[in-house]
Amino acid sequence: MRYLYYPGCSAEATGKAYDISTRELMGRLGVELIELDDWNCCGATSYFSVRELDSFAIAARNLAIAQRQGDEDLCVICNACYTTLAKTNRYMAESKEVFAAVNGALGAVDRAYDGTKPVRHIMDVLINDIGLEALEAKVTNRLTGLKVACYYGCQYSRPMGAFDDTEFPVTMDNFFRALGAETVDFPGKVKCCGGMMMLTKEEGALRLCHELLKGAQDAGADVIVCACPLCEMNVEGYQPRVNKTFGTDFDIPVMYFTQLAGLAFGADPRQLAIDKQIVSCDRVVAAIPA
Amino acid sequence: MTELATTAQAKALHEQFSHDVMSMPGGEKIKICQQCGTCTGSCPTSYLMDWGPREIIAAFRAGMIDRVVKSNTIWLCTSCYSCTVRCPAGIKITDLMYELKRIAIKYDLAPKDGKSPAMTKYFVESVHKHGRNHEVELMAKFMLTKDWGLPFKFMGTGMKLFTAGRLPLVAKNIRGRDELDKISAYLDEQEAKSR
Repeated sequence: MRYLYYPGCSAEATGKAYDISTRELMGRLGVELIELDDWNCCGATSYFSVRELDSFAIAARNLAIAQRQGDEDLCVICNACYTTLAKTNRYMAESKEVFAAVNGALGAVDRAYDGTKPVRHIMDVLINDIGLEALEAKVTNRLTGLKVACYYGCQYSRPMGAFDDTEFPVTMDNFFRALGAETVDFPGKVKCCGGMMMLTKEEGALRLCHELLKGAQDAGADVIVCACPLCEMNVEGYQPRVNKTFGTDFDIPVMYFTQLAGLAFGADPRQLAIDKQIVSCDRVVAAIPA
Repeated sequence: MTELATTAQAKALHEQFSHDVMSMPGGEKIKICQQCGTCTGSCPTSYLMDWGPREIIAAFRAGMIDRVVKSNTIWLCTSCYSCTVRCPAGIKITDLMYELKRIAIKYDLAPKDGKSPAMTKYFVESVHKHGRNHEVELMAKFMLTKDWGLPFKFMGTGMKLFTAGRLPLVAKNIRGRDELDKISAYLDEQEAKSR
């Protein structure tokens, strides 16, 4: 099984652990990831605020490269990159004007894109291409007794709902149940963390993170797992700020879902960059039966 | 910020804005908003907004451009898409917020001291310079110009991130970074031609 792989900008910095653990996990599952050659930033949400067509065109540069590089689907780990790249495909299909403008712009750099490269979220690949039964069969260290809060975030299934429900997604819960964990009823699973607002309107974003952390704690979660570097950064890195603002004492381990999953498939915490987390995950690692 | 001194000016801008909004894919659906308020009720940040998304749509359609572009509303949208997936009329409200941000920047109506417009600008600059967003450069620029207190508030976590190697100081440049400038230049040209 082979995929082209788009790590995204955060995976080279604050979200490094997501990239490291993804490569480790997929390697253990026998999936080959070929990094997209000379990929550029997807444009994220900021580019849409400058000019919609710029955003589609620079996202499409990646898709044009992918089309030339191989026949494999493009696997994306960051929720925001995933939505931006997949949205580009959708808008190119829906609007002749967008299709023409994007290809005009790509033509200026000797590229072209026909709008058909499948963009796949890594969870979509795990659940639908590998499958829960095959995953369950490969588990070496079942996550028995671990209570996991699956934090999907916004752009996992919104706005497109391509592989899961927009209001009540279940794929991450099903995935972790297959690995032996107990997934808690987490009311914040699709609620917003505030995203970039953490820098531009901190009090608003802190309140959202407070609700998420409280929801996970009330549900008795041992760990929160994320599928987006921005969610992870806000929910983990800002726990001290949340505590200071709301007088709370949250100290909840937060991991990329690929880190926790890697442990179930026998990887060492260091191979999954679990030591790069800010809130110590030692408790979580220790709780997993050897 | 540009002052909309006369109603004639406001009217002319409204016509331009309407043209811009209607020309985005699905933009014409704004006409069938029935003001149900599902968007505002679904919005995680509406409690901070001068006007909720429902009111922004009403104000926009009524030509009350001042209220739309000078409100904090459009800059508080976090792109969570809750409104978009719930809107019974199928209005792509998140896209509309993007469009309004673009309009505010394009016509120089964004608040000059605003943090969000600055963040957007620096993000795009970083991507054009390196081909990828260099998070450290983005944060440093933002702190220096918009939020001097941020390094102090964030000191503890920042140090932990740094020692864990999660804040690389050197940016990675892609080979084809000049392509992004060329793509933008081409689209600038096309936009100028269509006016």
